[in-house]
Amino acid sequence: MAEKFVDARGLSCPQPVLDTKKALEEIKHGTVEVLVDTVTSKENVSRMAKKNSCQVEVETLDDGEFKLLITKTES
Amino acid sequence: MEKITKFFSSVWGIVITGAVIGILAPLLQKMGNPPNMGICVACFERDIAGAIGLHRVGVVQYIRPEIIGFVLGSLLAALLFREFKARGGSSPFIRFFLGIFAMIGALVFLGCPWRALLRLSGGDWNALIGLGGLITGVVIGSFFLKKGYTLGRSKPVNWIQGLLMPAFMIALLLFLIFRVTFKPGNAIFFSESGPGSMFAPLVISLGVGLLIGVLAQRTRFCTMGAIRDVVLIKDWHLMYGIIALVICALATNLIFSQFNPGYALQPVSHSQWTWNFLGMVLAGLAFILAGGCPGRQLFLSGEGDQDASIFVMGMIVGAAFSHNFFLASSPDKLSEGGELITGGPEIFGKIAVIAGILFCVVIGLTMKSVKNKR
Repeated sequence: MAEKFVDARGLSCPQPVLDTKKALEEIKHGTVEVLVDTVTSKENVSRMAKKNSCQVEVETLDDGEFKLLITKTES
Repeated sequence: MEKITKFFSSVWGIVITGAVIGILAPLLQKMGNPPNMGICVACFERDIAGAIGLHRVGVVQYIRPEIIGFVLGSLLAALLFREFKARGGSSPFIRFFLGIFAMIGALVFLGCPWRALLRLSGGDWNALIGLGGLITGVVIGSFFLKKGYTLGRSKPVNWIQGLLMPAFMIALLLFLIFRVTFKPGNAIFFSESGPGSMFAPLVISLGVGLLIGVLAQRTRFCTMGAIRDVVLIKDWHLMYGIIALVICALATNLIFSQFNPGYALQPVSHSQWTWNFLGMVLAGLAFILAGGCPGRQLFLSGEGDQDASIFVMGMIVGAAFSHNFFLASSPDKLSEGGELITGGPEIFGKIAVIAGILFCVVIGLTMKSVKNKR
C-alpha cells in the first residue's frame, strides 16, 4: 500500500515531476504511487526519482497510462 | 524499439539532438536561410502568418518548410513508437493568448529561444541580454509553478483531432509546392526582398525539419524546459542538449565564417538592451506558463496535443497582431550618411510587452487547481 498517491494524468510539464517531488518530500520513507498518461511524464518522473536515490517500478496500464511505484528509503 | 527509446531518453540522445540542430541550423543559413536565423520558430511562424496574408509586411512572407517538418517529423516518430495520443482541453483559450503574447515578446527581441541561441553562436551579443530576459521569465514562471499554478488537466480526445495540425501543415506544404495564388495580387504571398526572400532549397529545409522533428519528439528537446528544469529541480538533462547546440552552432559558424561578434548592426537584430531584455522576459514567461518552448509546442502538436496546437495558432495570430499593430521591433540599420540608427520597438510595442507581462502575472497568480481530483 502506497503512502502517497499522485494523479498526474493530463498535466503538462513540469507538473507531474513537481507533484511527485512534493509527495516524496512529505514522507520519510515508503512508497509514492504516481499515475501518468504520457511516456514523457513517465521518463521525467522516473529520472527525478532515481536522481533522488529512490527505486522506481513501472507498470504499463491500459490506454497508454503508466503506474509508477517510487520507493524512498530512510537513508 | 525499446533499446532505441532508452537511448533517446539518455543524455546522449539529448546531446545528439542539440548537436544536430546546432550543425544543421547554420548550414541552412549557408544554403539560403536568413543570417543568424538558420532556424527560428517564432520568425518562421511569423513568415507563415505573412504568407497566408494574416499580415502584409512584404519582407517577411514565406511558408517555412522547417515548421512543417517539425510537426510531421514528430507525428512520424510518435506513430512509429506508438506515442501518438490525441488529447486536449487544458485551458485552451488561455493557451491561445499565451501564444499571442509569447510571439509579441519574441518579435520585440526579434527571435525565439532557438534564435537567441543561434544568434549567440553567431556572435550577436544582444542574444545574451535576450537570454537574460528568458531566464528572468523562467524564474518568475517557476515561482508561480511552486505556488500551485496550473492550466488544469488535458483529457484524451478522438484521434482525428490529433491529426488536425498535421493536416494543416500538409495544406501549407501544398500551397508552398504549387505556389498557389488564390487571386492575382493576393495570398499566398512570397517575399521578393528581405528575410522572407531568403531560404534554403525546399527539400533540404523540409528534410532538416523532419529529422529534427523525429529527434526532438524522441528526446523531448525543449529550450525553455532546459532552463526551467535547472532553476526548478536542478536537473541538467535538457540543458546538455542546449549546451551541445551552442557549441556545435559556434563551431559550424566559425567553419563557414558566419561568426561576427558585436552588438550593433547584427543581422535582423536591434541593440536596445531594455527591450531585448523585456521582450524575452515576456516570451520566457509565456512559454513556461504554457509548458514548453515554441519548438516543443510544435513537436507536441505532432504527437496529437491539441493544447500545444492552440498555442501554436496563438503564436501565428500573435505574429499578425505584431506586424498589423506595429508592435514588432525594427532592426538596427545605417543611415545614408553611414550613421547607426538603433532599431527596437515603437511605443505600442513597448506597451504590448508591459501588457503581456501583466497578463502572464495575472494568469500565473490566478490559475490554480480547483480541486485535485479528476
